[in-house]
Amino acid sequence: MTVYFTREHEWVRVDGDTATVGISDHAQEALGDIVFAEVPEAGRTLAKGQEAAVVESVKAASDVYSPVAGEVTEGNQAVADDPALINRDPEGEGWFFKLRLDNPGELEELMDEASYREWVKTL
Amino acid sequence: MSKEVHNGPTDETQARGTPYSGDPEGGAGLEQATLDKLPLDEWHRRQGGRMVPFAGYEMPVQYEGIMAEHLWTRENAGLFDVSHMGQLLVHGDHVDGALETLLPGELKLLGDMKLRYSVLLAEDGGIIDDLMATRRGEEFYVVVNGATKHEDIDILQHRLPKYVVVDHMREQALLALQGPKAAEVLEAIAPGVSDLGFMQGGPFRAGGHPVWISRSGYTGEDGFEISVPSVAAQTIADWLVGDERVKPIGLGARDSLRLEAGLPLYGHDLGRNTTPVMAGLSFAIGKRRRAEGGFSGDMRILAELQNGPPQKRVGLDVEGRQPVREGALILDGEGNEVGRITSGGFSPSLQRPIAMGYVASHIAETGTALKAEQRGKLFDVRVTTMPFVPHRYHRKGASA
Repeated sequence: MTVYFTREHEWVRVDGDTATVGISDHAQEALGDIVFAEVPEAGRTLAKGQEAAVVESVKAASDVYSPVAGEVTEGNQAVADDPALINRDPEGEGWFFKLRLDNPGELEELMDEASYREWVKTL
Repeated sequence: MSKEVHNGPTDETQARGTPYSGDPEGGAGLEQATLDKLPLDEWHRRQGGRMVPFAGYEMPVQYEGIMAEHLWTRENAGLFDVSHMGQLLVHGDHVDGALETLLPGELKLLGDMKLRYSVLLAEDGGIIDDLMATRRGEEFYVVVNGATKHEDIDILQHRLPKYVVVDHMREQALLALQGPKAAEVLEAIAPGVSDLGFMQGGPFRAGGHPVWISRSGYTGEDGFEISVPSVAAQTIADWLVGDERVKPIGLGARDSLRLEAGLPLYGHDLGRNTTPVMAGLSFAIGKRRRAEGGFSGDMRILAELQNGPPQKRVGLDVEGRQPVREGALILDGEGNEVGRITSGGFSPSLQRPIAMGYVASHIAETGTALKAEQRGKLFDVRVTTMPFVPHRYHRKGASA
């Protein structure tokens, strides 16, 4: 499995034609205590860069964009029920949604993990 | 992920302004090319504070996290650096009568060493700032908001008689120690403070340094505000956080604490377009002042007291878990715009979203069901009484 990142601090982990999407550790750290998450329902079609989910902390509200196009196969009910899970495990159990990739070629436009971690240090 | 909406006066994005005029709190970050540093700047960084622009200063928005800091203050004691606020000493012949022309509070009969919450009024009765005024003998010690302090000083100097002098105490830092354990902690450093009642102050010595301490604050908890010489601020802050009952608390939790306490924040819930009556601050208009008038904007304010204001500041319970924040529209059952949210966020103590805002007076009654609209989404809200979390001030008999 390979993980890619966007400049908007989403990550996407790819397994075959399925992608899992969440926000990075850097993003949860910047947001602080997360108190609300809204995830997309299965069946929804997302364009690349489209608003897909909402995440709110005590001090900020943000949209989560889909890094790639595809059809949502599952929204993570666990983060909707317990938003602090995103703080505790942002790049693992705190994922937002899974989708079936329309165009795996879009992944090439994203950053690989090493590049993202390096880039974040410069922010 | 976007970062599009921010809550409270805790972030650079506040610089976008608010529906209310002025919004000095937010504007300061953008307009000022260089930010000033607090006397405790290095200290905050050593404590792990995340610094953000606020009121023209770099200030700590949080240390370990807003939620933890908020709950710590409600259960123990939190140390806040509010040195950005303006500390003024106003003196001259009949200073109380002079100040009464701009402030609607009873100042002539205010007891020595007693504090009063008041507002600086524009000629049309709008609020230029909210403040705390303390009588110190023949002088008044006045604490005003950080982002508005320079304009306040200008206004006071221009509108008060020439014989009244306004000194800006630039060499003083201001700390606040808030929470149920604040008194027992501070008593060890400044003996005698636990004898103060709510809204009472006095001179003390803390480790050889002369300090002015008042039993007041803006969290809804018992607590103190401590005016210290800037050179001694670090020593005193170190003593305080050296006590295991005390943690440093940032602007983020300061905002969520005052929201739970139902306390309005200037530039957000108060401004030039709001009068003290609209803002639910009629308690700050003295009985004699109501009978006599004689303060800036008195015609309008007395008429509003008599007939009711067109709009009122109300508390709102928000259905669900998603916060509704400053700027959201408030709609009635038919979808008509009837007001606007001026502060809103997630309450760490109640674990649910709360908000305050202004609505037309005829729908300001407790229990009224309304809607809020935020980014195209509708939320069910209901007018409720404030504070959301009960105040726990240390009232001694009939203080102040």
